[in-house]
Amino acid sequence: MTAAIIGVGMTRFGRDLEHQLPELAFKAIDEALRDAGVSKEDIGFIAFGNVGGWSGEFFPLPIVCEYAGLNPRGGMRVEAACASGSAALAAACMAVESGYADIALAVGAERMNELASTPAIVELLGRGGNFFWEFEMLGLTFPAYYALFARAYMDEYGATEEDLAKIAVKNHYYGSMNPKAQFQKKITIEDVLNSRYVAWPLKLYDCSPITDGAAAAVVASERIASRLTDTPIWVKSQGIATAPANLTMRRDLLSIESVVEAARQAYRKARIEDPVRSLDLALVHDCFTIAEIIAYEDLGFARRGGGYLLAREEQTYIGGLIPVNTDGGLKAKGHPIAASGLAMIYEAVKQLRQEVDRGRQAPIKHGQALIHNVGGTGHFAYVTILSLEKP
Amino acid sequence: MRVPGYWRNMSFLYRLAGWKCVHCGAFHHYKPVVCRRCRSKEFAQVELPGSGRLIAYTVVRSPPKEFERCAPYAIGLIELEDGTKILSQLTDFKENELRDDIRVEAVFRRVRINGEQGIIEYGYKFRPALSQS
Ligand SMILES: [Zn+2]
Repeated sequence: MTAAIIGVGMTRFGRDLEHQLPELAFKAIDEALRDAGVSKEDIGFIAFGNVGGWSGEFFPLPIVCEYAGLNPRGGMRVEAACASGSAALAAACMAVESGYADIALAVGAERMNELASTPAIVELLGRGGNFFWEFEMLGLTFPAYYALFARAYMDEYGATEEDLAKIAVKNHYYGSMNPKAQFQKKITIEDVLNSRYVAWPLKLYDCSPITDGAAAAVVASERIASRLTDTPIWVKSQGIATAPANLTMRRDLLSIESVVEAARQAYRKARIEDPVRSLDLALVHDCFTIAEIIAYEDLGFARRGGGYLLAREEQTYIGGLIPVNTDGGLKAKGHPIAASGLAMIYEAVKQLRQEVDRGRQAPIKHGQALIHNVGGTGHFAYVTILSLEKP
Repeated sequence: MRVPGYWRNMSFLYRLAGWKCVHCGAFHHYKPVVCRRCRSKEFAQVELPGSGRLIAYTVVRSPPKEFERCAPYAIGLIELEDGTKILSQLTDFKENELRDDIRVEAVFRRVRINGEQGIIEYGYKFRPALSQS
């Protein structure tokens, strides 16, 4: 049995203190339901991705369900750190594939600016690692984790800060054409190189921002999907994996081992042997520029040590080897952590349906897109293959 | 963290010591129920070697709240001489002295000043080894 996405919605990402969490969620849900052409009464199950803890409700789903008029339908909150959006999609697909519901809703929402100061947010995110051993005693922040990956990678292969900057420039270029992106302006290599260090060698412009936002997808069973739409987007496969929480337990800092495993699962089930010749585009988890470069290698777009060359040679723009982050990525579109996975799903669905704004519509030849969503520093990995063709 | 909590945890904060799996050698800061690498249940108490090699490091300039008074500070992933990997703050280095792959050694230093109570917390940090040979 297979599930298909029949509708998607997302809010304009950015700093949004006007809307409460249930309002953000509702806006994304409402757009997704209208896109799918179904009503809230048709929803049989809700999977709500949210990390929370910024302040506000301890148990946010009941308020979302009430506000969105989804009572008395049941659901659950789903958490996989920054991969919570993809986890919500997985839960919605399982609900449909198991036969529990004909139509399920996957929602991700985060209101990070509830916390007033950057140091307070840095503190909360820093707790995302192995709290006591890496944060409490060390002050190892989230950017600092990825800075260690960046240093190890640059040392091993000779990549430069300018190569990392290329990722930010590309993603801002596409963000500039995306009306839902947090940052809709182009930047230059110099802008990146001249921004201040957050955790050397990573600078402010190597980092995704703090964002408020929500995204949603309506998932339907095979039977319902084919009846409701001419262009169901099939969830062909999802690979799901974890890696050791403590960095000292990882093999090395050149690869995210959970991503390699999730990709292996996803490619095998989708029968993909050569990803760049089977996919029209990829949305990858660029929480930091180095993360996108390592993702190129872990996902098999480049050989080991070749990821930064794809960036340097601009092979991941539309027209290159494989377009990556045509929506501006987490870097420019914004990163409301539990919403990000579903915002990537939103972009992939719009791309496959060829409904994307001019200038950032990738040519659709294979009818397949990949979504790579990472939680923590690879503590969770979700790799999803969406397809126009029924598996 | 409250003062009693801090002191209770003190021994493995200021000593490079803990428990090693006798089967695979994986290091644990405290005596575990089961080895996190090979699942064995046999451990021996060990002192870790006080020197090793810096695998990679970063300098944090945008710190979390409790470390605001310490920034900027450097953190490194270190491979000790027995192969154990640990994360530690780095100290006592001159500008341009830090490089990946240099030898480092443990020293006892102030780690941070804790919250509102202003408790000074001590622990180990690593510095570039005086002898790099
Ligand atoms: Zn062991």
